[in-house]
Amino acid sequence: MLSNVYFREKWFSLLMGSFLIAYVVIPLGGMYLRADWNIVLKTAADPEVISVLWRSIWTAAAATGVIAIFGTPLAYFLARNEFKGKSILEAIIDIPIMVPHTVAGIAVLMTISPKSPIGSFLVSIGLEPVNSSLGIVMACIFVSIPFYVDSARDSFASVSPRLEKASRLLGASMLYTFFHVSLPLARKGIYSGLIMSWARAVSEFGAVIIIAYHPMVAPTLIYDRFATFGLKYSTPIAVQLITICLVMFMFLRLLAAGRVKAPRGGIILDKD
Amino acid sequence: MIRIDNVSILLGGFSIESLNLDIKKNEFVMVVGPSGAGKTLMLEAIAGLQRINRGRIYISGRDVTELTPEKRKVALVYQDYALFPHFTINENIRYGLRFNPHCDESYFSHLVDLLKLRNLLQRFPETLSGGEQQRVALARSLILNPDLLLLDEPLSALDPVFREEIQDYLKLLHKEGNTIIMVTHDFGEVLSLGERVAVINDGRLHQIGKVEDVFYHPLDRTVAGFVGMKNILQCYFSEGYFFNDKGLQFRTDHSSNSHEYSFIGVRPEDIQIFPSDPGDGFENIFKGAVRSVHTKGLVFEVIVEVGETILIAHLLASAMMDMHINRGDRVFLGIKARGVHLF
Repeated sequence: MLSNVYFREKWFSLLMGSFLIAYVVIPLGGMYLRADWNIVLKTAADPEVISVLWRSIWTAAAATGVIAIFGTPLAYFLARNEFKGKSILEAIIDIPIMVPHTVAGIAVLMTISPKSPIGSFLVSIGLEPVNSSLGIVMACIFVSIPFYVDSARDSFASVSPRLEKASRLLGASMLYTFFHVSLPLARKGIYSGLIMSWARAVSEFGAVIIIAYHPMVAPTLIYDRFATFGLKYSTPIAVQLITICLVMFMFLRLLAAGRVKAPRGGIILDKD
Repeated sequence: MIRIDNVSILLGGFSIESLNLDIKKNEFVMVVGPSGAGKTLMLEAIAGLQRINRGRIYISGRDVTELTPEKRKVALVYQDYALFPHFTINENIRYGLRFNPHCDESYFSHLVDLLKLRNLLQRFPETLSGGEQQRVALARSLILNPDLLLLDEPLSALDPVFREEIQDYLKLLHKEGNTIIMVTHDFGEVLSLGERVAVINDGRLHQIGKVEDVFYHPLDRTVAGFVGMKNILQCYFSEGYFFNDKGLQFRTDHSSNSHEYSFIGVRPEDIQIFPSDPGDGFENIFKGAVRSVHTKGLVFEVIVEVGETILIAHLLASAMMDMHINRGDRVFLGIKARGVHLF
């Protein structure tokens, strides 16, 4: 009898939950089904489309790289220290999630436009912060920060400080301990943070168009084609971008899971 | 060889005050006290993982107070083993060799055989039992040949079977010449392992001495309670006897300077229960009524009212079965003079 109740509960929750799964799958799947594949193939060969897609990928990756370099120490610090004002600091990190993306774009633009002190400095050393790939990267950094830092912080927090203490006592320096104990044990959350951060950056539109409508990234091009030629000509690029994103997403997730499992067989980190 | 000289630590609301401790080479010293007494804090301070606010720490004649943990030649084994989950047992044990390449391979082999880890070397910590993990943690620490081995409640997280096994291994490691400080909250472990014992409570050292001395002659109420004297009565000395504040009269082995003492302590196992007057053989015999009986595993705790005084006696389950003691029964309690301790 008990198993029957359990069975019913399981199916009830799955049935309720499937509404949201369908909410994601139906629109995206529908795009594949209804796309005009002749045009999809034609646009796939369009040099402009290719260069735009490529720019999307590398600017998002560059933004994620910058976040990883500065965000990893920050995440570790937050995971290991309790202090007054910590919640305020954590709230600041999460602000980009809540700010409308156009507002984020305007805020970043005001900071890096050539009229601002930072912007004029960038110009003076020969960089072009607005209407450039650099500007796109800077917009992406702003919106992606919380996705990496939160995930990495939680992951570091889950590593017992005693493992670090044990490592120190066995003769390892602080830095060695970080790279050989803390970081490898936190890698799952770090990989997942990197993926989320990259995914957020590659799909950014609002903040990017404020800073750089040109050069275009994929979301901008899709919007541009939609506004100029309509649904029929914007869908193919959308299909391509989604395909690339899905492939990258799956590849990175597999890589993250595989990195944990593959070389060392059966570690606790990955029980499921 | 280890000297803790007037060490004080303040950490949040927690503190250790002016701790002094001298430990000789190849000694096995137990530090005992209730949870939250500052025991782990003390170990981490010796290991260099915890800053001290005052005092000095010397190990093998070196002042290590300002040294970082890795330079102190101190090993610390935690209750939860703290093995690296992403390394094999082999890699775990050898971890310290990465920074101390002078340690030789034969000692690795010796430890692996001594602690019976040969068959586990290729496995990951997660797949080992608690006892096995503890043995790995010991090997990992000892491979660096530390001057001092610190053990933080190494038996607490283990099943009873492994507890006895690890106790045997600890004795073995002590025999090999290791100097050991072990923290515990269980005086039973002190009795089976330690040579000397320090009792710590509320960040203060209450007593340090040979295990038997502390066991039989606790210096104050805290220590008495900790070594299992459940009956602690305030008392005064008059005309060759001790009286508690309710007028109960006790005879003891002590005679000289008896005015110095203000408490008597009696272990529950030193109080025997009889259905009728046992007559000779006991210097102290009391008549009382059983107030309640509780089971503590195979030992029963019998609480007896003697006038206005409450005495707690322990009775083995088998004796309990024979005597059928129930609440309200009139019983006689026999306590030998040497079972009455003064402090």
